[in-house]
Amino acid sequence: MLAGGLSHERDVSLRSGRRVADALRSVGVDVSVHDVDSDLVPALAQLRPDLVWPLLHGTSGEDGSVRDVVQMLGLRLLGAGPRESRVAWSKPIAKTVVSRAGLSTPDFVTLPQSLFRELGARHVLEAIVARLGLPLVVKPSRGGSALGVTLVSSPEALPQAMVDCFAYSDTALVERCVVGTEVAVSVVDLGSGPFALPPVEIVTDGPYDYDARYNPGRTEYFAPARLSEASTRTAIGAALTAHDALGLTGVSRTDLIIDASGEVWFLEVNVAPGMTETSLLPQAAEAAGLALGELYRSMVNAALAV
Amino acid sequence: MSEIPLPAGETSGQHPTSTAAGTGTRLDRWLGSYAERTHGMRSSEIRALFAVANRPEVVSLAGGMPFLEGLPLDVLGDLAQRVVATRGLQALQYGSGQGDETLREQILDVMALEGIDAHPDDVVVTTGSQQALDLVTRIFVDPGDVVVAEAPSYVGALGVFRAYQADVVHVPIDADGLIPAALESCLSSLAADGRRVKFLYTVPNFHNPAGVSISLARRPQILEIARRYGVLVLEDNPYGLLGFSGDPLPAIRSLDDEGVLYLGSFSKTFAPGYRVGWVVAPHAVREKLVLASESAILCPSNASQIAISTYLSTCDWRGQVKSYREQYRERRDAMISALAEHLPDASWNVPDGGFYTWVRLPDGLDAKDMLPRAVTARVAYVPGTAFYFDGTGASHMRLSYCYPTPDRIREGVRRLAGVVAAERELVELFGTSGSSRPDDVQSPAPDVA
Repeated sequence: MLAGGLSHERDVSLRSGRRVADALRSVGVDVSVHDVDSDLVPALAQLRPDLVWPLLHGTSGEDGSVRDVVQMLGLRLLGAGPRESRVAWSKPIAKTVVSRAGLSTPDFVTLPQSLFRELGARHVLEAIVARLGLPLVVKPSRGGSALGVTLVSSPEALPQAMVDCFAYSDTALVERCVVGTEVAVSVVDLGSGPFALPPVEIVTDGPYDYDARYNPGRTEYFAPARLSEASTRTAIGAALTAHDALGLTGVSRTDLIIDASGEVWFLEVNVAPGMTETSLLPQAAEAAGLALGELYRSMVNAALAV
Repeated sequence: MSEIPLPAGETSGQHPTSTAAGTGTRLDRWLGSYAERTHGMRSSEIRALFAVANRPEVVSLAGGMPFLEGLPLDVLGDLAQRVVATRGLQALQYGSGQGDETLREQILDVMALEGIDAHPDDVVVTTGSQQALDLVTRIFVDPGDVVVAEAPSYVGALGVFRAYQADVVHVPIDADGLIPAALESCLSSLAADGRRVKFLYTVPNFHNPAGVSISLARRPQILEIARRYGVLVLEDNPYGLLGFSGDPLPAIRSLDDEGVLYLGSFSKTFAPGYRVGWVVAPHAVREKLVLASESAILCPSNASQIAISTYLSTCDWRGQVKSYREQYRERRDAMISALAEHLPDASWNVPDGGFYTWVRLPDGLDAKDMLPRAVTARVAYVPGTAFYFDGTGASHMRLSYCYPTPDRIREGVRRLAGVVAAERELVELFGTSGSSRPDDVQSPAPDVA
């Protein structure tokens, strides 16, 4: 189990790693948890584990690079391969891929910081508002836990949102804000192909930001989501389509918005979904009546059987 | 492979219809039961960023961990063994709520270095001076009462005041510490508003985070103003013996034994792991403090107290303090020269002791907004917002030089300069001036270096 790393989400990753390791140990799996540091490669080479599960959130964990190294060492991975991980990790690329596969995704632009330097901020920001309208969501093109994400309702708030976003990433994704029911659909593969766990609905009195994610109480979760049968099917279908279109394996979590007309919008996909006490995949598993230790062990067995 | 049993109706690729309206959960069964005072207690994204600070790749200028490598660990190991072998039945037993009497006498010797004349009965030993802060606030502050504190002020104290639902009013400081005229005008306007001020909280020496000390001339003035308005002074002095030049200034408590509560600590002059601090209080207050402490913890750790007492009586603790001073002075010098070299557009004070320098960023930069970028660049600091009750202070950051080596400090400041330059370009590009707003707990956990 790889957990920690040097990303902004180190803390979340450490907590995810501990939870999954404990659950696996409780069903008799021999697990050792390792940080991503200069000892990792020698440790993996010496330990030669049957399987490496990168429960890393952010940068090297999700951008594919650590997964590349694991494969170079001739070890098996649980979850997406390095190339697929790299594609999914970039929100704009993932959005493009899934929209080609037929999913709706909110209209967006991708803007590196250097572009603003060349063209001047004012004109570019005006063009964004003219094109996408308000409200907008500004987020780092890579990264999770809603770090650096701002909901922008007025043109005056857009510059600060860009600055906050660029503190986390050198490229910003600015997308039209779709209002609706926020759901997350986890997909797991237990050996007979990917299947979706019940969608989890997220209700907050403000943005589903870092605070709302990791301080129990600010967010109300409904698992399964309070969706019609048709919407449930569409949401599950969208998550499976995204999983498939991006070539993901093992596990993923797709975040969606379902608008008032019932249309399902793809926001992003996570190849290393959070596994903390307040995370969505464990809640979905519970809603499906699955014990976490058993579920994780089955995921491990499925990855070993590939 | 073994397939897990799926719930009835489950098939691959499809989850069974879930039309039943789910019941919402907030993942905390006791959400409705918490006391009001817990409402400000939540982990923030800023706090999560500090998780990276303990990795060796990161130069942490964030924490306040003392540099313990200079301690004679072999001697302390023998000492710990001796304490248990020869006094184990006492050291491992409950003790007095007020604290070990021998240690309380020795604490008088420590305080005498700053001109304090007290009786061992006036001393209450606590679990770090942080517990003393908690106890004092517990016995004096009702929700809505005012605590007056320096601007900025120690983040750990603000957390305690917040937990007891106090309202903190800040008073400005300058290079000579708390400004008496500003204190006067603050207390006068609070009195005019009919607000009840319970005490003035001050860190008079090598202030955390500002690094300044209250000048000799101002100490009696501040005391006189407080006295006139009937306000108790809470003097928190963990760093007083860690000055880099000259003798320690006399404590405010040395001027008045009725109007001042004095907090002391072995955490910075010896080692924080023992968790031993103390409070000196006039007798009536002390009685209440002892009762409050007994209800909180029964008694401070006997093992820690006896270990420290033995250390004080058998080791050259004055020599250890001197050695700390030299180490911290060298680190301070590294910090200041690196700032001058790499961050000429910022401004800072040159602390004459303690652990911290307080840096004002070039105009328009927001230390809190900039922190993720700093973490990416492998350097950490504490944004100024942590040190203000209302979350202002974003134009400043606290840099600690207590823990990293001088070389690492220089490297950290060099990285920080790159972060500042990048952030500045961004802010100029977008014409923004920072977004910091009142927020939740933003300081690192105590074990962040």
